[in-house]
Amino acid sequence: MIIAENLTKTYGLKLAVQNVSFRIEKGEIVGFLGPNGAGKTTILRILTCFLQPTAGKILVDGLNGQTHSLEVRRKIGFLPETVPLYDELTVKQFLAFSGTIKGLSGKPLNGEIDRVISGCGLAEHRARRIKHLSKGLKQRVGLAQALINNPPIVILDEPTTGLDPAQIVEVRKLIKDLAGQRTVLLSTHILPEVSQVCERVIIVNQGRVVAEDTPSHLTGQLQKGLRTILQVDGPPAEVRVKLESLQGVTRVVPSHRGGEILVESAADESLRPLIAKTVVESGWGLKEMRTSDLSLEDVFVQLVTEEGKD
Amino acid sequence: MRGIMAIFKKEIIITFSSPIFYAATFVFLVVCGYFFYTNAILYTIRSFQAGQNPFLAERLNLNDFVVKPFFGDMAIVLLLMLPLLTMRSYAEEKKTGTIELLFTYPISDGAALAGKFAAAVFTLLAMLLGTLMHLILLQTFAHLDWGLIASGYLGILLVGASFIAVGTFTSSLTENQIIAAVLSFGAFLLFWIIGWAKSFAGPTLGLILEHLSIVVHLDSFVKGLIDSRDLVFYLLFIFFWLFVTLRFLSTRFWRG
Repeated sequence: MIIAENLTKTYGLKLAVQNVSFRIEKGEIVGFLGPNGAGKTTILRILTCFLQPTAGKILVDGLNGQTHSLEVRRKIGFLPETVPLYDELTVKQFLAFSGTIKGLSGKPLNGEIDRVISGCGLAEHRARRIKHLSKGLKQRVGLAQALINNPPIVILDEPTTGLDPAQIVEVRKLIKDLAGQRTVLLSTHILPEVSQVCERVIIVNQGRVVAEDTPSHLTGQLQKGLRTILQVDGPPAEVRVKLESLQGVTRVVPSHRGGEILVESAADESLRPLIAKTVVESGWGLKEMRTSDLSLEDVFVQLVTEEGKD
Repeated sequence: MRGIMAIFKKEIIITFSSPIFYAATFVFLVVCGYFFYTNAILYTIRSFQAGQNPFLAERLNLNDFVVKPFFGDMAIVLLLMLPLLTMRSYAEEKKTGTIELLFTYPISDGAALAGKFAAAVFTLLAMLLGTLMHLILLQTFAHLDWGLIASGYLGILLVGASFIAVGTFTSSLTENQIIAAVLSFGAFLLFWIIGWAKSFAGPTLGLILEHLSIVVHLDSFVKGLIDSRDLVFYLLFIFFWLFVTLRFLSTRFWRG
């Protein structure tokens, strides 16, 4: 559906995007993850034909965005990061404007307006001027204009920034509902969003793709062993020395999150009973013991900082 | 075509819901009305004088003394007011970010520009319509030459559309509406007075400069004469500035 080949974009002397390549298949929900200023927005702007790449190309359904700009734009519904809207128009006027430009008219236009208005929960607000809407409602209007005329590709640039928690849940649900027949590309720097919504993640840092996989694979890949969390009733220093002396244990972090001890070890399941046994035999109380997986957050920080080292 | 209409409609809704339009139109009509009133008063005084002077009475003519100057006055007031209407065009879209929608919707830059330009010309027509009431009022107790009036309005419309083309261009240069307005005002003024250099610029250059002047081409329209050369000048002028606007808009691809 979308193929990016060696995209490079420079702003003057500043390199914003460097040799980025990726593929997105039909019907996928892909998360575009990266810290602020990583080049996400630039990549999305190239995808939506707002910018042209300095080098490389993007193919959408086999069409090159540089030579077939209008055809490509017809396939894409885009919600820019700042959610730009025409404040003086009412919700309905604005959606009629978007729908008409996207090629609708007459009955189908009205049908589409009604569909996106109810889909985005804007039914009570259709006659209100956009400038009088709250931020969350504006975000929904932005989403509605991206979805009108049912584009096969939906690109959303940080769609949940600035919303309150309840609104965030709503918008995420809306995005999840899009899955299936549509390809969704979602840029964000909010990590739980990605693991909740996306099937695949592309992590971008400093203008380059640093990782590309499913959220669970990514965490699995980077987890170089087992992580066990303990709560022990005993002198922390001694506990630490004792645990570190065990064979296979690579690192012991005391006071990891309020009195807990984090034990990192080789991926050997037999170590866990040994740790428990050691603690108990030393006469300390073992209050709690559980395993811990790397969160996507940890993966992200790890990737981004590893990247920063070179 | 549908896209052009959508842009046109959107621009009209935004323009007519903005206080700038009403302020500019109000001032335009008040000042034009004042000019018209003083011309009419002057004409009345002359008419009384003509009672004693048959030579003057022969030359006294409502069309020459009131109607023709009225178009010149209108052009001057438009010069001051139109920058306020065109400054918004692209500058505001850049400022609020809606330009990103405009440039990612399936509509060509040319079609979007056509919609914007048509909406601005329509707005100008609405403003000009307000001035028609003076002439209708005059018609109730005098006989006016409506052919002359139609030709005068066509000239004013062309001058206004030329200003709009320049104003749209300056608006595409910046996201600051004030800067767009100042630039277009400066450009209008320059094209207004450029012909004055004729007296010292030498024969060839002087002629070129005179022909570049916007008001020189208005003269024949006001006299009731539609000259194809003037018509072509205005159309070329308008297309030139719209073309430059399009070229400038497409620089976004490599400027980022």
